Amino acid sequence: MSHDTTRRDLLKSAAIGAVAIAPGLTLIAPPAQARAPGQPASAANRWGLLIDTRKCGSVCTACVDACKTEMGLPALDRPATDAQYIRKVDVKDPKTGHQHSLPVMCQHCAKPPCVDVCPTGASMKRADGIVLVDRHICIGCRYCMMACPYKARSFAHEDQSGQKDHNPRGKGCVESCTLCVHRIDAGGQPACVEACSKDGGAAMLFGDLNDPKSEISQRISKEATSRIRADLGVEPAIRYQGI
Amino acid sequence: MGVRAVLLALVLGLMTMVSGAWAGETGPSFPKAQGNCVEDPATMRRHHFDFLKHQRDDTMRQGIRGAKHSLKECVSCHAQVKDGHAQPINAAGQFCASCHEYAAVSIDCFSCHATTPQQQAEAKR
Repeated sequence: MSHDTTRRDLLKSAAIGAVAIAPGLTLIAPPAQARAPGQPASAANRWGLLIDTRKCGSVCTACVDACKTEMGLPALDRPATDAQYIRKVDVKDPKTGHQHSLPVMCQHCAKPPCVDVCPTGASMKRADGIVLVDRHICIGCRYCMMACPYKARSFAHEDQSGQKDHNPRGKGCVESCTLCVHRIDAGGQPACVEACSKDGGAAMLFGDLNDPKSEISQRISKEATSRIRADLGVEPAIRYQGI
Repeated sequence: MGVRAVLLALVLGLMTMVSGAWAGETGPSFPKAQGNCVEDPATMRRHHFDFLKHQRDDTMRQGIRGAKHSLKECVSCHAQVKDGHAQPINAAGQFCASCHEYAAVSIDCFSCHATTPQQQAEAKR
């Protein structure tokens, strides 16, 4: 690295991971460690996101684009049927005219309605709170899509090709955001969060809601946050600020 | 008696030779893997589907990673590279397809799973 580190670079790297300010002392806690091979996901973790909509630009689609690339979702330019794990929603208060934009994906509910209605057990919640579709036993009935209050799930209508090896997907199955479970298991963070801190407004924060020392837990204990349709009582793991 | 026994032995011997050659010619032929398999070939031939099905449930539903019977590893070891491009493992004559065609087995692994190896490193960041 020949060029001098600018303030922006420092901020960028701070947003991405740990910044060592002195040996043995870190400014921001490093991301969660990769689970040891052979170990199952543990209920000791509860992965979640904190999204600050005040930092989310209305024209920015960094998270959506990163998701499509990471998960190998084709852009067929057919909005009604194209798979989308994350979408940008523009909301406006009709009284005041105040409007903003926010990303909405699977909210990884603690009490997921999609799991309740699934007739085969394909729609499932992992021990660490990540809600997934087991495509091996999904029969494509789409009850979960109807049950989801967040419109988070998609259906693969056509034969697929060129899948990513960490996201097998095929015709006749329902699919949705996995919170990038393959990255989390390897000790990383979701692709949307990474893209938001790199190319977007650094509006997204990923972490363990069960760990009181994690940055996300610290922030939600000190700052006002809300969940979409909290009245439904499904207890999402995705929290928002500024809505 | 003696002549008959000798003739019978000859005929039987010829039959085994012929049938041996016969089996060798019609069995499936498939490309050789790049490394050593996680189990010996006889075990894999008989049980690979059980291994894969068992592990897929552990990985998918419990999040257990790094176990040895992985479809991803099958693909990365057995896919042939031709002109710098990996051939799909389920294409005619390739490793998975050649045996499954011979045994008239119809699998749907590859209607969802990737058929060519990908960079493992890109997922780890």
